[in-house]
Amino acid sequence: MKYMLLIYVPEASEPPAGTEPRDMNEAWISYDKAVADAGIRVAGDALHGPATATTVRGSGNGSPDTTDGPFAETREVLGGYYVLDLPDLDSALEWAGRCPATAVGGAVEVRPVVEFR
Amino acid sequence: MEAVFREERGRLLASLVRRFGDLDLAEEVASDAIEAALVHWPADGVPDKPGAWLLTTARRRAVDRLRRDRAYAERVAILQAEADRTDPGAPDEPDDGIPDERLRLFFTCCHPALPGESQVALTLRCLAGLTTPEVARAFLVEPATMAQRIVRAKRKIRDARVPFRVPGPDELPDRLPGVLRVVYLVFTEGYAASEGPDLLRVDLALEAIRLARILHRLLPREQEVTGLLALMLLVHARRHARTGPDGDLILLDDQDRGRWDRGLIEEGRELVVRALTGGPVGPYGVQAAIAALHDEAADVATTDWPQIVALYDLLARIAPSPLVALNRAVAVAMRDGPAAGLVLLDALADEPRLRTHHLYPAARADLLRRLGRTAEAGQAYRRALELVGNDPERRFLTARLDSLLHP
Repeated sequence: MKYMLLIYVPEASEPPAGTEPRDMNEAWISYDKAVADAGIRVAGDALHGPATATTVRGSGNGSPDTTDGPFAETREVLGGYYVLDLPDLDSALEWAGRCPATAVGGAVEVRPVVEFR
Repeated sequence: MEAVFREERGRLLASLVRRFGDLDLAEEVASDAIEAALVHWPADGVPDKPGAWLLTTARRRAVDRLRRDRAYAERVAILQAEADRTDPGAPDEPDDGIPDERLRLFFTCCHPALPGESQVALTLRCLAGLTTPEVARAFLVEPATMAQRIVRAKRKIRDARVPFRVPGPDELPDRLPGVLRVVYLVFTEGYAASEGPDLLRVDLALEAIRLARILHRLLPREQEVTGLLALMLLVHARRHARTGPDGDLILLDDQDRGRWDRGLIEEGRELVVRALTGGPVGPYGVQAAIAALHDEAADVATTDWPQIVALYDLLARIAPSPLVALNRAVAVAMRDGPAAGLVLLDALADEPRLRTHHLYPAARADLLRRLGRTAEAGQAYRRALELVGNDPERRFLTARLDSLLHP
């Protein structure tokens, strides 16, 4: 069963007090390695910030509208994602809980991936 | 006869979900098997092993059902394989040859990924064996609304694959409180609303006690499970003395303690001892100990208030909340006099959760009344009346206000 972990982080993500940005990088590197070692990784990427986002929306009269910025303006922004192959929701929630984003006030939305047969 | 099946249904359902990994299929064939039993048993007699009979019948129906629907069968086969892969653990102790798998079902129904109200509804339906209309009536919700709530929760269990497993020892401290909260919620709902106008209303307090007994049988060494069962028994023991003939509320001070249920109190007291020994004490154990002290006292005057204050101190440390602070202030008033209690209550005036809770002005009103500060007491009673939700408590507060104005 595949789950997508949508990783949201506070827009100006500050590392927790007492930690260097380098510690945060290391946390991500070791999380990424753990995912790879567990043999569960289907896909996963970090995204550039919302300032680089462009949204294309159907206008209802032919050509879609293109606007600068993310789909929704929120305090927390989509910073990256993983798609993991796991046996059940509990294991997906466990991997989400270990994600370094949760240590900086971020949140991980877990969504099961539809499997067409 | 239907009542006999209520508990049997939960066990049957749990075994079937364990076997097939699919709650919908399990519910369907469990109902089929019980219907078959209702037809055959009165005619042919009850079989030697009723549980085994039901399980065999239900399994046969499930196999028939899966033969008819290939696509469904494929999906269920995957669920079965996954269930075995993630959880090869030994089943719980069998007493009639069929392992009791209900603990898994508890953790599925009370999974934190499901909305709170659905957790309660699913638990009552799958483990207490209530029908959807019964659950709806118990919570004063339209049956269609409740049915939809249950369908949505079951869909999430299926699509997100909420597992059917007992959390490991490392996860249990995180997950067990959620299950206990659901059972206690069922109890408090039944307790607060047991004098409702609807005579058909299911006795939720009894259902909660039944659920806690099942949990206690399955997890006899978990102190908080023991504590929760003890707490509910010790509170439920006072049910007959708690309301007058007209459904009016009677406070602890004025209850006829001869009408308390001695059997439940004895059972509860034995459980409290176990809930408080062997490891760190939890909030249900402490609340049960407080309830036990009330139940043991001959009257309010001889109640062991110093011990009750000490237990509230402990509760405030392990599970702090404004309501605990409120109850502690009331207990201090009983130990040291109303003035001492009032000081503590006034310090809670800015608590957001107490500002809209009728118990806060009601408790203040009582202490002000005992201090002879009649005008202020009247004001506090009026404030409590603005906030109170149910009729018996409203009538009680109105009567107190009246006797204050016309002594």
